[in-house]
Amino acid sequence: MKVNKKPAASVGGASSEQPVLVVDKISKEYQTNSGSLIAVDGMSFSVNPQEVVSVIGPSGCGKSTLFNLIGGLTPPSSGKISVSGMPVNGPHPSISMVFQEESIFPWRNVVNNVAFPLEINGVPKAEREEHARRFIQMVGLEGFENHTPSQLSGGMRQRVAIARGLASEPKLLLMDEPFAALDEQTRLLLGDKVIQMQQELKQTILLITHNITEAIQLSDRIVVMSYRPGRLKRIIDIDLPRPRTSEIVSSEEFGRYVAMIWDDLREEASKGMAAADSARATT
Amino acid sequence: MTAKSAIFQKEKWVIPLQLGVTFLFFAIIEIAIELKWLNEYVLSRPSKIFFAFHRIIVEESILSYTAVTFMEVLGASLGLIFIAIPFGILLAQKKVLWQAWGDWVSALAAAPIVLLYPLFLVVFGRSPMTIIVIAFLTGFSPVVIKTVEGITNVRQVLKDVGRSFNLSAYQQFKLITLPAALPAIFLGLRLGLIYAMITVVAVEYLIDLGGLGNIVGELAERYDLPATYAAMCFVVGVSILFFAFLERLEKWLT
Repeated sequence: MKVNKKPAASVGGASSEQPVLVVDKISKEYQTNSGSLIAVDGMSFSVNPQEVVSVIGPSGCGKSTLFNLIGGLTPPSSGKISVSGMPVNGPHPSISMVFQEESIFPWRNVVNNVAFPLEINGVPKAEREEHARRFIQMVGLEGFENHTPSQLSGGMRQRVAIARGLASEPKLLLMDEPFAALDEQTRLLLGDKVIQMQQELKQTILLITHNITEAIQLSDRIVVMSYRPGRLKRIIDIDLPRPRTSEIVSSEEFGRYVAMIWDDLREEASKGMAAADSARATT
Repeated sequence: MTAKSAIFQKEKWVIPLQLGVTFLFFAIIEIAIELKWLNEYVLSRPSKIFFAFHRIIVEESILSYTAVTFMEVLGASLGLIFIAIPFGILLAQKKVLWQAWGDWVSALAAAPIVLLYPLFLVVFGRSPMTIIVIAFLTGFSPVVIKTVEGITNVRQVLKDVGRSFNLSAYQQFKLITLPAALPAIFLGLRLGLIYAMITVVAVEYLIDLGGLGNIVGELAERYDLPATYAAMCFVVGVSILFFAFLERLEKWLT
């Protein structure tokens, strides 16, 4: 079990290739009515090719802000983000985002949702539909190509969102708690699906989550964030064998990782709860 | 019986139930007139109304009056589609415009515009254009308000998806904002068109310028009660068909 105590951009997996994502001393400060609020403070880490890295932290620690910063939807107050050596100054074609909320288009059927990124890039209809079908099959939705989102379950809709994210063949798939709204069993099974896809496509993934099981099940490394302001607390290498399935959650080694991460998170979550209580007391 | 088949069973009985209730209603009126509980000089017998349908179609040429009404409703509809919806889109784009005009548009919805028909007669003359403009103004507010509501209520996450794919402002509007807002826009359009249709018939009745409202007025002046009620039922039937057509169109487009 390996723990990297010192957070730095160079801290990473075994790969010697150029990292796909480098987050370098990134900070985000918001101005609110009650003064300035630092959501993310000097975070640095990197993600190597074909790696799955999870960012975990208590509620309100700035995980979603970090997601928006890396996706280019929100500009940072300071620091730099780069993808394959290119700076991220806004939405970047090498990054695909999968959102926590339901984000597939209700007016499009499954195949047209998945083909959306290809459509905006001017790929001819027949070609993009064929391409989309490949990813639909990969997420296990073959036979549902012509269904509308209202005819699918919540888990199926999130799989469509993941297939849409993959269809543009991004260098980095950025996911913000994609299974947060799902029940635990569906979440574990979808985790298996993500592992399968990742291995088939050798896809680099950065997953934002607050679910410890999900983070350990899927990741090569886990970035633990502190409660507000969101700082890097530590990076944990997950040395569990691959290929993994959801069965791994019952292993002893898995349990040790859960205990270790919870130990970190409990401290941070307690700070969050205390801050929330004192805010409630003052109002 | 599965839940699905139970739903089909229900659907199967809806139309016979509706027809049965309608028939029962007319039968009660027929009996009430027969028993002198209702005055036949005020309310015509449903059996006479039924036979008057043939007369209003063949002798009174109600279909040509329907064509006039249809053209006027079509004119108002085109105005609502090509003026009210773009105006709503414009107001939704800039908060300051909605703040400046929103209250006026809402106030227009409550104004009894039909009562201003003499003013419109002076401006547009005694022509179908007067009816089209009044009908358009009656339907204008719901269409604009629902268009603004539809566009401003597009879920942030859908906009973020567009942004994450680096869409241009035009692509964002065409591929995300407009399709997401379409159900609300259609609801406004349906309301606007229903108001417009009611107004068209009402103004036709008031200014005797052809159309279904005009024939109802003429038949009432002749005191031909069965034909008057038959014409009124015909107007209601046309309205129901129009409403059903709009529903189908909405389902097809959204």
